[in-house]
Amino acid sequence: MRLPEEDAHPGVLPELAVSVSSNPFSLIASFVRKTLAITELEARKLSHDFSELITRAIQPALWLLLFGTVLSRARVIPTGGLPYLDFLAPGILAQSVLFVSIFYGVAIIWERDLGITSKFLVSPVPRSALVLGKALSAGLRSIPQIVIIYGLSLLLGVDLKWSPVGLAGVLITTILGAAWFSTFSLIIASLVKTRERFMGIGQVLTMPLFFASNAIYPISMMPDWLRIASRINPLSYEVDALRTLMIENGSSGFGLTTDFAVLSISALVLVVVGARLYPRVVL
Amino acid sequence: MILETQALTRRFGSLTAVDAVTLSVTPGEVFGLLGPNGAGKTTTIKMLITLLPPTSGAAKVAGFDIVHDADNVRRAIGYVSQMISVDASLTGFENLLIFAKLYDIPRKERETRVSEALSFFGLSEVAGKLVREFSGGMIRRLEVAQSTLHRPRLLFLDEPTGGLDPIARKAVWEHIEHLRSDFGTTIFLTTHYMEEADTLCNRVAIMHRGKIVIEDSPRRLKESIGRREATLGDVFVYYAGDTLDSGGSYIETSRGRRASRRLA
Repeated sequence: MRLPEEDAHPGVLPELAVSVSSNPFSLIASFVRKTLAITELEARKLSHDFSELITRAIQPALWLLLFGTVLSRARVIPTGGLPYLDFLAPGILAQSVLFVSIFYGVAIIWERDLGITSKFLVSPVPRSALVLGKALSAGLRSIPQIVIIYGLSLLLGVDLKWSPVGLAGVLITTILGAAWFSTFSLIIASLVKTRERFMGIGQVLTMPLFFASNAIYPISMMPDWLRIASRINPLSYEVDALRTLMIENGSSGFGLTTDFAVLSISALVLVVVGARLYPRVVL
Repeated sequence: MILETQALTRRFGSLTAVDAVTLSVTPGEVFGLLGPNGAGKTTTIKMLITLLPPTSGAAKVAGFDIVHDADNVRRAIGYVSQMISVDASLTGFENLLIFAKLYDIPRKERETRVSEALSFFGLSEVAGKLVREFSGGMIRRLEVAQSTLHRPRLLFLDEPTGGLDPIARKAVWEHIEHLRSDFGTTIFLTTHYMEEADTLCNRVAIMHRGKIVIEDSPRRLKESIGRREATLGDVFVYYAGDTLDSGGSYIETSRGRRASRRLA
């Protein structure tokens, strides 16, 4: 990377404030620092106003307390020996994160309408750092959901796994899931550009993603066509990983390695695609 | 030249928003791009700041090509849009701190640079308040502070005083003038307030329907139409053969009003 000649217009130009090194290590350090700065921005916003975190607790509470307790009495769902609430709790964690993250694009469009996005795009921050930073901040916002679901689960007597590895795994899976769906949402927002169109698409997407997954019933119960859909649905892999890591007797259908490989590789692809499309939101 | 364009053109479908614009800006000057709403001022700026690729033509900003060397252009410039670009749910200090990080200002300099910027723009006392409690003038000053933290060589201001009352407008201009005298920052601004351009700009270009109609110092432009008491508004009518009220679309009008409402 070249720097402009400082002496091109002696006496007139101000010094350039910042020198940029081109060695790969400092480029990576700069990328990480900028990604984290974008995430820090969201964290600071949350620290000033966390009322939205409280309202978000209501929906998962209803699913677990009403839907969960009623269906666990019916005993119609083959959960492989797990009590239905134990089976359901990881599904509801994934679902509540999905429902919040899939509408992340609304914030993207809102920021564009205000003028904030242009400011970021005019700065020398790599587009991929902007998109990754936003994905991580969606991840950050999903952490309180974990606390809420664990709280409700304790209340309902779900047999939770408390091993440090399990807890760390739940944290990583949840952040990965939030990053996945929020970046997916950012891509849609960059393409459709208006809030009205975006809301329409968001509404259309959430329920199919939720029902074509193993969140509230196992894949084995599904007709063949739905099984195929649930196999390509990232939510299924997220739920599968969560069920293994969060519940004492939970077992994985795909294997944890597959779950993580599918989620992280596809998330990476989404970030790359998002970085290409995000600048279009201001056009 | 710190900015040079060669037949810079942008088309949207059949509409030519910017039509073969060729202009240049010398270091240290205040250059004004004037014209009614819809003349193509904002589209021109968006190309120069690397947000919008040109359809044809070329431009160099701070010596770098806006298409092939966009990253270096971005390091060399600052930009204040006509819309709001600071975050209302952060404090004034936080808005600047995050941008200090995004612009690679070294850790040990960050806090000093931010507090210097806050005091330079008269915002030290409100630095810890959330921006949603700021007045329109304070928001504008914070935006300029944010765009100049990295000491850009060239500062782009798109309608910087739109929606501000005269007192706030004056304060914003005093600070921008200081920026130029203290740091030699070159300023490229768009406005449709002709009186404002008249007092502030060393040189102006009048834009109409995507084209540069004429370009010179405000004084010479007024002389050129042969009336001593002429205003830049008269100059515009003379050269564009049109009134200032032409142009503008539903979208731009509503955008402009929305921006003013937020700033009010």
